[in-house]
Amino acid sequence: MMAEQQVLALNGDEAVALAVKQCNVDVVAAYPITPQTIIVERFSEYVHDGEVKTKFIRVESEHSALSACVGAAAAGARAFTATAANGLALMHEIVYIAASLRTPVVMAIVNRALSGPINIHCDHADSMAERDSGWVQLYTEDAQEAYDTVIQAFRIAEHPDVQLPVMVMLDGFLVSHTLQNVKVLPDKTVAEFVGQRKPVNIELFGEQVPLMLNPEKPVTFGPLDLYDYYYEHKMQQIHAMTKVPEVVRQVHDEYAKISGRSYGDGILQPYMMEDAEIALVGLSSTMGTVRTMVDKLRDRGIKAGALRIKMFRPFPHKQVAETLQNVKAVGVLDRSASIGAQGGPVFMEVRTALYDLPEKPVTVDFIYGLGGRDAPPTQIEQIFQKLREALEKKPEKTTMYIGVRT
Amino acid sequence: MSSLKAWHEIPIAGVPFVKSEEYRSGDWRTFTPKIDPEKCIKCGFCWIYCPDSSIIWDGETVPKVDLEHCKGCGICAEECPVKAIEMVR
Repeated sequence: MMAEQQVLALNGDEAVALAVKQCNVDVVAAYPITPQTIIVERFSEYVHDGEVKTKFIRVESEHSALSACVGAAAAGARAFTATAANGLALMHEIVYIAASLRTPVVMAIVNRALSGPINIHCDHADSMAERDSGWVQLYTEDAQEAYDTVIQAFRIAEHPDVQLPVMVMLDGFLVSHTLQNVKVLPDKTVAEFVGQRKPVNIELFGEQVPLMLNPEKPVTFGPLDLYDYYYEHKMQQIHAMTKVPEVVRQVHDEYAKISGRSYGDGILQPYMMEDAEIALVGLSSTMGTVRTMVDKLRDRGIKAGALRIKMFRPFPHKQVAETLQNVKAVGVLDRSASIGAQGGPVFMEVRTALYDLPEKPVTVDFIYGLGGRDAPPTQIEQIFQKLREALEKKPEKTTMYIGVRT
Repeated sequence: MSSLKAWHEIPIAGVPFVKSEEYRSGDWRTFTPKIDPEKCIKCGFCWIYCPDSSIIWDGETVPKVDLEHCKGCGICAEECPVKAIEMVR
């Protein structure tokens, strides 16, 4: 049943903080200074004002922030943290550990450029550096979607088939610090939707015991695991990741029923793709601009389309290939460079996904917006123009650098 | 240790499912402690200091070494007040 909703003027950070507040999180651990955002600042106000029962742990670094969340989640708590850019880089070691210990932590990442040179603006380099870590990665387009996705993230992470941590991304400044009308659900509706975290059972010494630190039924988290079992434990993570798409879809559909909002199927959001001849594929807030440009090109009779990838990990390669199979020229938007590689991270995934198609479209990577460089509609139009040229003549270079002075 | 299991036969999250007693870490050892019963004063220092509980002691007689778990760190020999323990390669 659809719940009655309130419209609040919130920026992306505040929308995330409010979602976390409504999800009855037991522990939030965070480090407060740059590149931290208003997410935990606003949340700490909820704690101070007694609006939540959450234990807020003030730690000495982002490395400790995520460590505290892993410990809390291992003890059975629902844990959340947020960071950005170099804060995430400092967490790197624990990012992998959180995934391997199967702690269903939810972390909001405000996408900001990694140093150096020092920069605080929108760029996807920070979360892309964690793409192989074993976390589910969901990229959101605006404050509304960030709010909706954080609520869903707890359900996805804690699902018995998944038990993996989830990162929810929102674009630095463009979304995080930009005020937007956000429809919010009543506290009770969200509380019912996310429910209580229930630890899964594991079989240990012939009996079923909860996977959590518990003196009554003790288990050990994080001991040495050598060549005899490390690979098997990695295989379990790989297997759990294959269960994610179905869970993401289910949770997304269930949430759509109470909120009236959906984002494609929760994994991909195609726009005018049914008959598209040229299409741009990308992540996050830029895709709103792309859709506007698709409308303009359609008015001119150009069969343009857009495909926003919401779930980047696990990467929905089959679904991407199916959606793009009849497109003649595919442009990929990468807001980070994988320096020395054939293209940006999104390009490498998309191009690989298309490799098994009988008729492969021309694929071009467009690296844009690094360090928060603006990506205005004129730039998207320019990119579509280059794609149209690629239709005529296959470009010599598969990667183009858009908006850099040459 | 029991025979090696497949990935779907073991608990997730790297939780150990074999008791540490059964995990024979003694084969990492290069140096082995040898206790001289003539010099030993049965003070129990080696039993207290061993980080892997690999000194077996009844509280009265000369302690023994659990060679299935002793990694040969030499702390017992270092702490022995009468130098009754020698580390032998």
